[in-house]
Amino acid sequence: MKINSLDKLKKIRNEYQKNVCLRVNSTDSENSDIRIEILIGMATCGISAGAKDTFNAFQEELAKQGVNDAKVVSVGCIGYCHSEPTVQVNIRGREPVLYGNVKKEEVQEIVQKHIKGGNPIEALTLAINFERA
Amino acid sequence: MVEISNNKKLLRIALRNCGLLNPEDIFEYIALGGYESLGKAITQMTQDQVIDEIKKSGLRGRGGGGFPTGLKWELTKKQKSQEKFIICNADEGDPGAFMDRSILEGDPHSVLEAMAIGGYAIGARKGLIYIRAEYPLAIARLSTALQQAGENGLLGENIFGTDFSFDIYLKYGAGAFVCGEETALINSCEGKRGEPNYKPPYPVEEGYWGYPTCVNNVETFANIAPIITKGAQWFASLGTEKCKGTKVFALVGKIKNVGVIEVPMGTTLREIIYDIGGGIPGGRKFKAVQTGGPSGGVIGEANLDTPMDYDSLISIGSMMGSGGMIIMDETDNMVKIAKFYLEFTMDESCGRCTPCRIGTKRLYEILNKITSRKGTMADLDALKQLAYMVKDGSLCGLGQTAPNPVISTMKYFWDEYLAFIKDVDHPRGEGRYTAKNKIGIRS
Ligand SMILES: Cc1cc2nc3c(=O)[nH]c(=O)nc-3n(C[C@H](O)[C@H](O)[C@H](O)COP(=O)(O)O)c2cc1C
Repeated sequence: MKINSLDKLKKIRNEYQKNVCLRVNSTDSENSDIRIEILIGMATCGISAGAKDTFNAFQEELAKQGVNDAKVVSVGCIGYCHSEPTVQVNIRGREPVLYGNVKKEEVQEIVQKHIKGGNPIEALTLAINFERA
Repeated sequence: MVEISNNKKLLRIALRNCGLLNPEDIFEYIALGGYESLGKAITQMTQDQVIDEIKKSGLRGRGGGGFPTGLKWELTKKQKSQEKFIICNADEGDPGAFMDRSILEGDPHSVLEAMAIGGYAIGARKGLIYIRAEYPLAIARLSTALQQAGENGLLGENIFGTDFSFDIYLKYGAGAFVCGEETALINSCEGKRGEPNYKPPYPVEEGYWGYPTCVNNVETFANIAPIITKGAQWFASLGTEKCKGTKVFALVGKIKNVGVIEVPMGTTLREIIYDIGGGIPGGRKFKAVQTGGPSGGVIGEANLDTPMDYDSLISIGSMMGSGGMIIMDETDNMVKIAKFYLEFTMDESCGRCTPCRIGTKRLYEILNKITSRKGTMADLDALKQLAYMVKDGSLCGLGQTAPNPVISTMKYFWDEYLAFIKDVDHPRGEGRYTAKNKIGIRS
């Protein structure tokens, strides 16, 4: 399908909005289709630190613990090389939480305590010190 | 004024989508407003209006030189030619730099969109991305992005129903540092040896296959789309008087928070190293930071409050470069650091011009002699003189900047050079020294 006008582009933008509105502003995202989103930094740096294992572990663990309204997304690098792999958890209506050093061993706890239980694991969180243009 | 405190959040422009969207899904990029700048530019703005907007924003090239991007586009547009090209420089050969890789892997569409905008502005129908083959993931993601953009009609014939057509091709570099230099890059794209040419003619006059060619860096392109949507004024309100916007840096070496950061132009090194970088690990003391990779120089404690912008850095004997920042602590020996960089430039010298080919080799040999404690004061003099000879006599930026690490370490850490010299008369270099041979100049 060709996008041959600015209007068509805007239509597509609106159509896909609900897929990303959780990421733009998770505290105000009533119309998001997705309730929980797990963003995993999968650039070269993240992958070499084990992000692929973390990614797979999240998918397995979510299935195992019966969470079926969460989506795992592979994203680029957030720039925190000191704490790769990094994982950001966005839950509808809540502030996003960024985790560092999430090896596959940490995944079970995050799914259980944060994603199911609603309590972020303080010891693993990193501060997000930037805004996006 | 630039202020940074721990609770104020920094604005990311070039990295706006990195870590936020799936780089392999064009619809996520569109959902976040992607390709609207391109649509706006080609359906609602004339070529001159686009160029004017970029000029007014004050954006300067992020590849190292800091040349005003709008001006470069204007110069390319003014050339009369059937065919023109726009090239994205994704060679990124500086040791310790990985900003461009982060952008390409995290947000490839932002670069494609900006190249199309640039192509429209200068009147090019074809774009090339020169990317080093050592970045397989970036290449894979760029290829996916190119395919998706083509399938959706955002690249190719008659974009947005206008008569503007634009395509982008990938060219792979084989990992030579000098191929980041624009004329060498163009030679390499043409399949020739990656050697620089004498300028002028500049690539904007005679570039790829002799046609006017505009070469811009990845990060430069990543800033374009927000400027078109949010306006030049918004961009110009960030940064300093002469350097607008933000700069991405890769922090590496002896620093706690190794990583990629984006800060407003004019942020001081102290803020970057201590507030954002978290300081030096292991309780050791900061000694120096190398900016600009092998082309830059070291900056010591005394200059930590220098604002990071193109001109201030040059005034203290370093340069912005593409944004690699290597931090060193008290355990690092500065003479060995200079030697390390010289070894790199000696290796990477393409050999086309004599000052660089032989000069960097000799500089390295003298440094080697000094660090193996066989050097004399005369060697230090020869080193200094040769450094300026290579700087002044070389053909391209590689040779012209290769001695910078030597010159700056000699300037700020002279003691460490002296400590290596076993001069019987002057064991620590004290007293007056008169050159023993003809080329020696007084230090
Ligand atoms: C030895 C040498 C290496 C260079 N390497 C790069 C590089 O890796 N990436 C880059 O963008 N520019 C590099 N440059 C600068 C380019 O020649 C050119 O100035 C730049 O791509 C222009 O883009 P800009 O105006 O967007 O900065 C290098 C220059 C020299 C002299």
